[in-house]
Amino acid sequence: MKTAAAAGPADTHKGDEHSMQMTGARILLECLREQQVDTVFGYPGGTILNVYDELFNYQDSIRHILTAHEQGACHAADGYARATGKVGVCFATSGPGATNLVTGIATAYLDSSPIVCVTCNVGQPLLGKDSFQEVDITGVTMPITKCNYQVHDVNHLADTVREAFAIARSGRPGPVLIDIVKNVTAETADYEPLDRADHAGYGKLHELMKRWDFKAPEPDMNDIDLLCQMIQASRKPFVICGGGVVRSRADHEFTSFVHRIDAPTAVTVMGAGGIRGRDPLTTGMIGMHGSQASNRAVDNCDLLIAIGCRFSDRVALKPSTFARNAKIVQIDIDRAEINKNVMTDHHIVGDARRVLELLLERLPEQHHEDWKEEVFAFPTETHYDEHPGSLTPGQVLSAIAALCPQDTIVSTDVGQHQMWAIQHFHFDYPGQLLTSGGFGTMGFGLGAAIGAKTGRPDKCVLHVTGDGGFRMNCNELATESYYRLPIITVIFNNGCLGMVRQWQHLIYNEHYSQTTLDRAPDFVKLAEAYDLNGFRASSLEQFEAALRAALASDRGSVIDVVIDIDEMVRPMVGGGSHITDFMVN
Amino acid sequence: MNRQRYTLAILVDNEAGVLSRVVRLFSGKGYNIESLAVGTTDDPAISRITVEVITTQAQVELLSNQLRKLICVHSVKTLKPEQSIRRELVLIKVLADQSERRNEIIQIANIFRASIIDVSKASLTLALIGDESKAEAIQNLLAEFGILELVRTGMVALERGQYTIDEQTKEKGEFDYGKNVL
Repeated sequence: MKTAAAAGPADTHKGDEHSMQMTGARILLECLREQQVDTVFGYPGGTILNVYDELFNYQDSIRHILTAHEQGACHAADGYARATGKVGVCFATSGPGATNLVTGIATAYLDSSPIVCVTCNVGQPLLGKDSFQEVDITGVTMPITKCNYQVHDVNHLADTVREAFAIARSGRPGPVLIDIVKNVTAETADYEPLDRADHAGYGKLHELMKRWDFKAPEPDMNDIDLLCQMIQASRKPFVICGGGVVRSRADHEFTSFVHRIDAPTAVTVMGAGGIRGRDPLTTGMIGMHGSQASNRAVDNCDLLIAIGCRFSDRVALKPSTFARNAKIVQIDIDRAEINKNVMTDHHIVGDARRVLELLLERLPEQHHEDWKEEVFAFPTETHYDEHPGSLTPGQVLSAIAALCPQDTIVSTDVGQHQMWAIQHFHFDYPGQLLTSGGFGTMGFGLGAAIGAKTGRPDKCVLHVTGDGGFRMNCNELATESYYRLPIITVIFNNGCLGMVRQWQHLIYNEHYSQTTLDRAPDFVKLAEAYDLNGFRASSLEQFEAALRAALASDRGSVIDVVIDIDEMVRPMVGGGSHITDFMVN
Repeated sequence: MNRQRYTLAILVDNEAGVLSRVVRLFSGKGYNIESLAVGTTDDPAISRITVEVITTQAQVELLSNQLRKLICVHSVKTLKPEQSIRRELVLIKVLADQSERRNEIIQIANIFRASIIDVSKASLTLALIGDESKAEAIQNLLAEFGILELVRTGMVALERGQYTIDEQTKEKGEFDYGKNVL
């Protein structure tokens, strides 16, 4: 009797008095409460009506943020998850509602962000008949979710939701999608409340736990000892702080570790905030737009320790010559990342924080003065030229850094402004930078900022974007305005798709094919149309005044910053080139 | 890099959608699946998938690790050719409209220990169990009689000796560190 065994000790104390008959819609919302979900981003529609009908009764405990578009809801759930460390939740209806989530889900998947998306599908009798607003969303999202489910039986609903949350949040986090056929949301079943701490002991999750674990594997002690020996033998150790350090909130352990072994350390885009941006051991960003210091250090070091980093092509660039003088050590929670992009000499599979704790227990203090001198002989930051009379990205970002609180949460879109922001700001804690590093999703920033501000109302939230990315999802200004979220949007408006144009300039003989965006709207008027503050700045004085006004306002603001069309991100190494072959210095 | 045929044995939940989850990991990397066989095991809740692909050792390790990340996957093992037995069932329908031809085909079938499972006035259908070399040999011999139709089940494979796919010993070469992490 498998099911009886799976039910475990629950049966001994769970009586009928605890269980209640309720509809699938209500079971879903009760399960969200079990997970302490208090915020849901979403957009209703025909098939998910039963859930929204029930949500009406849960207004006091579950806050629903109605976005302008399902993509915005998904990015908001993602931003919420990144900023709070909790699981983000979004709702969408079948068909186009579900497919509108797809870019958002892929964004979360590539950056290992824990979200649970709930979609409803057409009723069982209509499934597979190309019914109105029907799509096989579990099929569509199979490659971009950690796991997904279609629920056909209301008796399995609670179990499925519990499993989905457990999977989304544990190990290497990621998105999970639950598709519920409409009739299941109306049908009734017994629901027995179960504390989140007890979920692993019951039902399907209990079965799953026999072969899976919530926690990362305890690192192999021989592997740890070998790494300690390698560190002590190294004269030129270099460390990369990847997104895994941020995801496991291991910033303190990471900082202690690099100081203990006195190793310079670079951060990846996803690793920003894993160590304080002004820490004397940081060499800045690494990779395609990495600093001179970082890229040269990785080329010259004799030991490279990459923590929570998958050596993406934007970091490693040319795997065969990456860290060519070094023994490469990779520490990652996901064993499928080991040796995927760069062949390593040693690896440890485990959670970044746990591995760092074990290393800290074993490692003595070390000093590498000569090596640090060699590394920090090169600049760790890019100093951009300033043209008199025009406003430069560097000036804007310096002004932001000076005027905004140091703990401001920054969300970005993708492109030049993203790289400028990461180069200029000093991120101090995990979850301070919200950016689409892996999937490179333009239009991510505003939704993410809405999610972050909803989850962290105590923080100042700044949305840095470009005119191209902003125009993609600026419909979410309606959400920002309606919920009175005082987000500050700074648009680096160069009238073009800057990063693509930069490539066209450097690689494609200045054929600026379809990258010039000399077109509507007027972003100031657009902001005003949404009942937000709109500012335009073409000088530093104007920008500072606008930012001060935005910071003082309880409404959201849009600052349209006019910059030159030919501004570039520097330095730059071409894709697939050796990491120190800078195209632009 | 040395490309060769690899046989992967995968234990999965016997549920809807599981096969496509597994197979898309292969197609997503641009692999053609050389052979695929699926069926339930002695535990009706678990199916076993046997996949053969032509690739390199490094890629097969990556594939195995990505397969192990799927929640529906219980275990994955690369079966080494020298330590495993592989068999498939081949059904061959051959043109046999004259008695002398028919006799020749029956002789060939006997030599290969293939059984004749269907007879009609104009055809014979043979069932053969073996690996690809045996199937290829009989196919070559029967070609001159005229093969009307041929179907293969896909290769199934087991390790030789007492070892099983669920064996708990850790093989570090495959990065199999025991329990999966959700």
